Amino acid sequence: MGFFIVKRLLGGVVLLLAVSLVAFTMLYIGGGDIARRLLGENATAEVVAQKAAELGLDRPFVLQYVDWLGGAVTGDLGRSWFTSQSVFVDVSNRLPVTLSIVIGAVLLAAIVSITLGVLAALRGGWLDGVVQVISVIGFSIPNFLIALGLVVVFAINLGWFKATGYVPIGTSFEGWIASVTLPIIALSLATIATVTQQVRGSVIDAMSRDYVRTLQTRGLGTGIVVFQHVLRNAGGPALAVLAVQFIGLLGGAIVIEQVFALPGIGQLTVQATTLGDVPVVMGVVITTAIIVVLVNLAIDLAQAALNPKVRLS
Amino acid sequence: MTAVDVPPTVPVAVAKVSIFRRLLRKPVAVAAMVFLLVLAVVAILGPLLAPYDPNGGAIQDILAPPSADHPLGADSSGRDVLSRLLAATQVSIAAALLATVTALTIGVIAGLLAGYYRGWLDSVTSWFTSLVMALPGIVVLLAARTILGPSVWLAMLVFGIILSPAYFRLVYAAVSGVRNELYIDAARVSGLSDSRIIGRHILSVVRAPIIIQSAIIAGIAIAIQSGLEFLGLGDLAVPTWGAMLNDAFANIYQAPMLMLWPALAISLTCIALTLLANSMRDILERTVAVRRRRRRVVTTGTGSIAAVTTSFSMSGADANLLDEVEELSEQPEVIHPDDEASARLGDGSLLRIQGLRVAYGQGRASSVEVVHGVSLDIRPGEIHGLVGESGSGKTQTAFAVLGVLPRGGEITAGSIVFDGTELADGSPQAYRGIRGTRIAYIPQEPMSNLDPSFRIGFQLVQPLRKTLGLSKKAATQKALELLARVGIPDPERTFRAYPFEVSGGMAQRVLIAGAVSTEPDLIIADEPTTALDVTVQAEVLDLIRDLQRERGMAVLLVTHNFGVVADLCDRVTVMQHGRFVETGPVRSILRSPEHPYTRSLLGAILDGGPARGALVGSEGNPS
Repeated sequence: MGFFIVKRLLGGVVLLLAVSLVAFTMLYIGGGDIARRLLGENATAEVVAQKAAELGLDRPFVLQYVDWLGGAVTGDLGRSWFTSQSVFVDVSNRLPVTLSIVIGAVLLAAIVSITLGVLAALRGGWLDGVVQVISVIGFSIPNFLIALGLVVVFAINLGWFKATGYVPIGTSFEGWIASVTLPIIALSLATIATVTQQVRGSVIDAMSRDYVRTLQTRGLGTGIVVFQHVLRNAGGPALAVLAVQFIGLLGGAIVIEQVFALPGIGQLTVQATTLGDVPVVMGVVITTAIIVVLVNLAIDLAQAALNPKVRLS
Repeated sequence: MTAVDVPPTVPVAVAKVSIFRRLLRKPVAVAAMVFLLVLAVVAILGPLLAPYDPNGGAIQDILAPPSADHPLGADSSGRDVLSRLLAATQVSIAAALLATVTALTIGVIAGLLAGYYRGWLDSVTSWFTSLVMALPGIVVLLAARTILGPSVWLAMLVFGIILSPAYFRLVYAAVSGVRNELYIDAARVSGLSDSRIIGRHILSVVRAPIIIQSAIIAGIAIAIQSGLEFLGLGDLAVPTWGAMLNDAFANIYQAPMLMLWPALAISLTCIALTLLANSMRDILERTVAVRRRRRRVVTTGTGSIAAVTTSFSMSGADANLLDEVEELSEQPEVIHPDDEASARLGDGSLLRIQGLRVAYGQGRASSVEVVHGVSLDIRPGEIHGLVGESGSGKTQTAFAVLGVLPRGGEITAGSIVFDGTELADGSPQAYRGIRGTRIAYIPQEPMSNLDPSFRIGFQLVQPLRKTLGLSKKAATQKALELLARVGIPDPERTFRAYPFEVSGGMAQRVLIAGAVSTEPDLIIADEPTTALDVTVQAEVLDLIRDLQRERGMAVLLVTHNFGVVADLCDRVTVMQHGRFVETGPVRSILRSPEHPYTRSLLGAILDGGPARGALVGSEGNPS
């Protein structure tokens, strides 16, 4: 088990190095052009060169990368070219907002998908039909459109929630709940659609296994067989799908935040992208990649806990 | 998802109808295709139809409501919404196509090369895939936007690259699968060039999945592109659905209707693409299922139940086979009188089955009966053999007694009385205190009958605690004793092992231990030795006989093997095509079989050939 974790961790580190190298190359390779873009077409060559030197863009590329990497390892992601704010501070201030809606969406999706998926698999009938409709809608309609719909119906017409703004959980718990509810629902629908289908399929598959019949003949009730044996065996594939979905949720959150004016990573990225604030964009890229690697590790561990074959091989 | 549409009696025609023709039979698919066709026409002709310049606004028209001049109103810059919508359709569709074609080109070519030639390309592409998977697409697009600027086209080009692994995986898997097939070797030997082989044999396999994937990817591209534009990151000079939404959202309180049109355009397009992809997938999966089913029906020839039950557990309904079954031997069951040996069992009845009928299918009209009214008495302490070829209904009868018929199967008539309790209604209440306590089951295939996620010990202890109410300690103690009793050399180790860590013979001993653990009065053993090695078979049969003598249990032994019957059984019932044809004391039946089917079964052994092979051909045994 220890070996398993170390192996996965090493793989994650290598992946992060690769992501950072590729992203850094793409973002910084412009060198002098970057300074030109920042200053506009009218700036003289002299001013551009001065700006490039000021930002350290005139140094050899490899040196720039090693410098950045050295800083990143110690938690220093550089400073914004526009606000001179520390990128690390900027990102860590906004991360909780993004993570609270992403994690909220994962939890909501997990609960709803498992419930709906199991019921649809065992009962079938009209419930199965409902699940199919939810799946098509959730899968195909972009989540920001769903968010817009929720805003129009629940915030503007019914007035149940505030349309925009964020209340930190430390300030007021109810306020926080009210400010993240609609974003979480909008974000989770696509995941619910996909994971419900997956759970439904896995449960149907697991129910048709020979061992399920044998367990029934041993006098175990349907409840125990489904919750202890079927769900455990159906859990692996469903978790794998959830891992992929998590990456999608992280991306979806960036767009959703704009709809609800939540001060998260998305807002930061959109601003930095429009301005050409390369250090901030780089900081967001590497933070996102770290989160993805950590989540994948966690899901691998969960897989190992669920499935002895993974653990023992 | 649709119900019956292809009777298997004319399967040849089914397989030849193109996917497109069958799509036309699905209303949902037709609606989706019509919508997409209209959309394509609008995308091509849109700018010509537009009454105004999509980018030319007039101050007096700002946020104008719908009117004769502006049928859908005007936006916050006074631009005509209808004209913008038409122009935006062209740009949005073209952008989605660009992403799809980019992904398709890269993914298919890389997949073909990596799958066909392997080598370094293989690892490069798998690295690229994990890199792309490490970041949400939108984050990559935002980073790209930082350096590439606001162009829709560049963004979609990048997105196409990000999406290419979706095609890559599909093609790669198909190529790897096909690569070592014999017909590819044959093509190579006959002198076809690699490119011809790829084009002819491999692309034809992945064509349909690629079309499905393309519909999905086009939908994703539209979603993400409109998302980017909605964030205000697009080129302001280019009208797109997302940019229109952005403008509408900014004015959501003044002119809420502005959001409706672009939102509808995006949603309907995405839904149409998804529904089209789903319909095509349904058809493809169905085609595969029909082909498989056809093969089964052909090889079993006589319309045996194996074919019917198997096809039913897989999919739809086909009642035609019923007729074939009905035509077969209506000769009454031959009943031999008790002889000396069987008379000693007494004439009490532990399990009495009367007029049992089992059928599969949804609803009466389309159901197929696989057990046609059978009756049987099992006396306390007897070993009763139930013999017949694969698909004769033996296992269905056994499952009916246990109340564990597979999905779609049900008892349609008759009664099953176990020691005074009626079980035929299959309710959990009826089985409480009986199934798993007084009636136990030994399955055919040991490995698949143990849950791979739990240790063997747990799978013995859990039922003991549930049914007998033992403490964990007592149940563990009992399980270990049982493991020792069934001849497992190191019970402690097996107790802690996972099912995949022990051999098939050991696993079957574990299942036998589980079955006898509650000291049942009746054990139903469904071909308990078929899946085992010949040497192990004898040991397991000995074990069952020993346990039966030791505990005085009755055993219903389902088998196709008369050797086993002769060795073990007191009485025997012969089953064919869902009916009992002959029943009686084992000696009497072996010496003077009367029914022609019993004779042929016995003859098959006397001829020296394997009983199964001579009767049922090469079909696998799902019963």
